[in-house]
Amino acid sequence: MNYLYAFLFAGIACALAQIILDNTKLTPGHITSLFTCLGALFSFLGLYDGFIEKFGAGATVLISNFGHMLYSSAYQGYLEEGVLGIFSGMLCKSSLAITGAIVFSFLVSLVFNPKD
Amino acid sequence: MNIEDYKKMVKEFSPQENRLKNILVSFFVGGLIGFLGEFFIYFVTECFGTSQVEASMWLCLFLIVVGTFLTALGFFDTWFSKLKCGLIIPTTGFAHSVASCALDFKKEGLITGLGANFFRLAGSVILYGILSAFFLCVIKVMLIG
Repeated sequence: MNYLYAFLFAGIACALAQIILDNTKLTPGHITSLFTCLGALFSFLGLYDGFIEKFGAGATVLISNFGHMLYSSAYQGYLEEGVLGIFSGMLCKSSLAITGAIVFSFLVSLVFNPKD
Repeated sequence: MNIEDYKKMVKEFSPQENRLKNILVSFFVGGLIGFLGEFFIYFVTECFGTSQVEASMWLCLFLIVVGTFLTALGFFDTWFSKLKCGLIIPTTGFAHSVASCALDFKKEGLITGLGANFFRLAGSVILYGILSAFFLCVIKVMLIG
């Protein structure tokens, strides 16, 4: 049953993005930024933890999880260290995605050449 | 030929994309990635005995590796034209935007090319993600204290 929920949630998010892409002049860059902000917004409303609990990987694989990680680690930082914690804790969890993308992209760009 | 006729002609000859098909395709591809991700989390928690949270972090890293290698091998752009948003809304899209810039600007040098353009596309995701998270966090702090 978990698999079905994960399938439906990720699928509906992608279908929504496709509807936005087809009916407006926004580029894929706009849409990924929009979904990241939406992730932070849902996390602010306290919904995203529920999404992850209910839909599992369906909510974790999306780019909006990046926004959720940013918001939740910033708020966690505030709870632990006060106002300074917002600044120092912001990238706490999501540095996984940023560092991973930097390291692997750099290694790959050393080895491969662009194909057109 | 006046402008109205010209506009009509452009409309006739521009390719008509089947929107319903696009939506269904991206629904199934995105859903499949979510399904496989759920399976990946089950596999990692069962085989390596990690917690659910740790497994989802491995999943995030795994998706980034997959996205980067698909971009480097040249599959991502051809697949994107067929599979649409199903590939860019999952974290693979983020990895693709970093990796494609790194590959494209490699020949302009390591500092002025690769280094300067590394976050050309992914920068907007990071910037607006951090900005929105920061202001929402400030609002939350002001509301709750």
